Amino acid sequence: MSKFSGLGGRLYRGETSIDFIGNRRRWYSISALFILASIAALTLQGLHLGIEFKGGSSFTVTKINASIEDARAAVATVGVPGEIIVQNIGTDKVRVQTAALDTPQNNAVQDALATKFSVATENIDTQIIGPSWGKEITRKALYGLFGFLICVMLYLAMAFEPKMSIAAIVAVIHDVFITVGIYALVGFDVTPATVIGFLTILGYSLYDTVVVFDKIRENTRTITASSKSTFSQATNLAVNQTLVRSFNTSLIALLPVGSILFVGAGLLGAGTLKDLSLALFIGLAVGTYSSIFIAPPVLAQLREREPAMIALAKRVNGRGGAALVVAPIVAVPTGQVRGPRNQPKRKGRK
Amino acid sequence: MSTTTKTVKTAARPVRSLAILGIVLVAMTALAFIQGATSVRLGLDLRGGTSVTLQPRIAPGESGKVTNEAIDQAVSIIRQRVNSLGVAESEVAAQGSGTNRQIVISVPGDTGRRVVELVGQTAELRFRQVLASQPSTIAAGSASAPATGVSAEINATFAALDCKKAANLQGTSTDAPSDTIAVCDRSGLTKYILAPAEVLGRQISKASAGIDTQGGNAWYVSLTFNGEGTSAFGALTTRVTTLAEPLNQVAIVLDGLVVSSPRINEPIPSGNAQITGSFTQLEAQDLANVLKYGALPLSFDRGEVQQISPTLGADQLNAGLLAGGLGLLLVLLYSLLYYRGLGLVTVGSLLVAGSLVYLLFLLLGKWIGFTLTLAGIAGAIVAIGVTADSFIIFFERIRDEIREGRSLRTAVDTGWIRARHTILIADFVSIIAAVLLYFFAVGGVRGFAFTLGLTTIVDLIVVFVFTKPLVTIVAKLNFFASGHRFSGFSAKSTGTLPAPKEA
Repeated sequence: MSKFSGLGGRLYRGETSIDFIGNRRRWYSISALFILASIAALTLQGLHLGIEFKGGSSFTVTKINASIEDARAAVATVGVPGEIIVQNIGTDKVRVQTAALDTPQNNAVQDALATKFSVATENIDTQIIGPSWGKEITRKALYGLFGFLICVMLYLAMAFEPKMSIAAIVAVIHDVFITVGIYALVGFDVTPATVIGFLTILGYSLYDTVVVFDKIRENTRTITASSKSTFSQATNLAVNQTLVRSFNTSLIALLPVGSILFVGAGLLGAGTLKDLSLALFIGLAVGTYSSIFIAPPVLAQLREREPAMIALAKRVNGRGGAALVVAPIVAVPTGQVRGPRNQPKRKGRK
Repeated sequence: MSTTTKTVKTAARPVRSLAILGIVLVAMTALAFIQGATSVRLGLDLRGGTSVTLQPRIAPGESGKVTNEAIDQAVSIIRQRVNSLGVAESEVAAQGSGTNRQIVISVPGDTGRRVVELVGQTAELRFRQVLASQPSTIAAGSASAPATGVSAEINATFAALDCKKAANLQGTSTDAPSDTIAVCDRSGLTKYILAPAEVLGRQISKASAGIDTQGGNAWYVSLTFNGEGTSAFGALTTRVTTLAEPLNQVAIVLDGLVVSSPRINEPIPSGNAQITGSFTQLEAQDLANVLKYGALPLSFDRGEVQQISPTLGADQLNAGLLAGGLGLLLVLLYSLLYYRGLGLVTVGSLLVAGSLVYLLFLLLGKWIGFTLTLAGIAGAIVAIGVTADSFIIFFERIRDEIREGRSLRTAVDTGWIRARHTILIADFVSIIAAVLLYFFAVGGVRGFAFTLGLTTIVDLIVVFVFTKPLVTIVAKLNFFASGHRFSGFSAKSTGTLPAPKEA
């Protein structure tokens, strides 16, 4: 632990530095690869949508040793149309999913299952989704997504600057793509709970990005006044300085989400908790990646095009080509900051 | 920046804000006790029950008919039906806005199938001539003069009808327009035998409540029929107006229950009628709304039906609590391991945040009917991470300041000013997410968004009035200020270089 903390100090002073900005092509390529794979998975396999989006009925019987064969036989006696999916959930549940049925058919399936497994119909957990309901949910989720992106973009443009808001949104879209792609690739069920998860990730991924951007802004506020470092170099230092923080905040956020996932998937088998936390878990991981590897380089690229930054880069490079090689490492964030060595001496400190 | 005045000023404040927070917590606890809010209201997915979401069926070109008034009418009709089941804490409420409004019905317990069948039918409005009426104060079953021209069967049903029974006030539009029927009025005060329907709700073109400024400021309801309705209503009124009481009354029947049964004073061939009586403003407006709704009755599709058994509900509740406890434990362990002594501040802050959230759950359950669902629990658990993140941002900032050579006490103040900014922006983004989720989403998603938003606000409060003051106070303790090995501020853990040796 303390070794890791010591790393925080070295990263802060720039003694240890990972070149996030300079190697951007590498990170972009990795992400591009993932995004291409996502698009391929989406077009070839598509998302595995739950009955909430397609319409249909789901019946869950809680009974030790309830077998799939028994459930299938019971439903077969009713003769419902369409495909019937029967699966075991956990050790003591069996779930039957059918296409959209009308009320008498739903009741008939309930009765058949109740008789077969000798449980009361009230103890069969039932979910019935009308055929038009799914469209409604999908539409609302899309509204939510676009509304969110627009609001956040405006807010960040006000709170920071327009270019930061563009870079942040690029990172968020990146996250959504890859997360959705992972869902298509692995074939996880997409339910409304998953959608909640997706939307929450957007907020969370931005939270991480905001923390990094706040530091970048601080480090580059007076950057054109001196010619110590280019915008990219100052940005890189900021990312390194916030690296420990990003790692800690992401880990702390993943711990509770991981425990929901563990309990939801392990004990309940399926349902809201599992769907929600799985989406969050994947999204948080992707979000952390993008707030370090995607958002800052995009921002640096956008800013480096500004005439003032081009001029600055010329001044910095003009000071000596050799310095450029080590520049990201020795760069001091802002003019006013003094190193620990030339601080006034304090009492009570070893 | 004049550091000296700053430390002097902050010296008194941390204790004060901790004290205020303490008073607020005690006050909230007392309030919860006084209001009798001793347990969090649980959603149906945590205690078992049936929820049905209905969405209005909109025929092409008819989107204009789904008005707020129409939905409110439908809600009250459905509420009437659901209340007849006599299940405590049943709820019928509209969600969303405009044409996207849905009606959500939640009934706890094992009434599943009956609820689903009850709420789906379309409620219709009809005008029927009254053939007989009797107040409910006369005991059901007691002999009354059979109405003439009515089958013995209907007369027997009428005699046996007890309008004081909830089940008989259920409504539902099982009354075929061509039948003679025995029904109650909405409030259960009177029972009626009614002739087959002669005018239908769809034949109304306009209805409104008005006040007669010349006739003693009495409220009335005016009513206009379309072409078909005008001739039907004209014929009905012409025929009954000369008859004896109660045959000269026309009952307005909505959803199988009599809303009003005005006496017809004269034939009305014009298609413009006025209903007068000793209406209050509210009564007149209610009647006008019933007539308007009757003109364009809403049909509903069952969007979603969910039946959850109490067993599954209990399982989900336990799983949610277990996940929450586990998540909290992991976060606390990590912060203690990584931040050592400072981790204790995290523990305290999370405890304060937890009790604030719990008290808010209790009070909001009482005040605005907030119910905690599984998705809500998940939102609260996710929020543990978000809340702890604010502490990390703050702590790391302090460490950064120490790395720049500041003393702990100064580092806390300068670090706070910078961290505060980051925390505010980051939390605000979370709040935007929660608000949008809440307004765009349906059902369970709203519960998640609500708890996420609530806990983010609590996070802000706790960071400002608890964590920061507490850190300011502990920064004065020698244990922390000296950079003790376990304080979380040791030179080793911040990675500060050893102080230069004097040459």
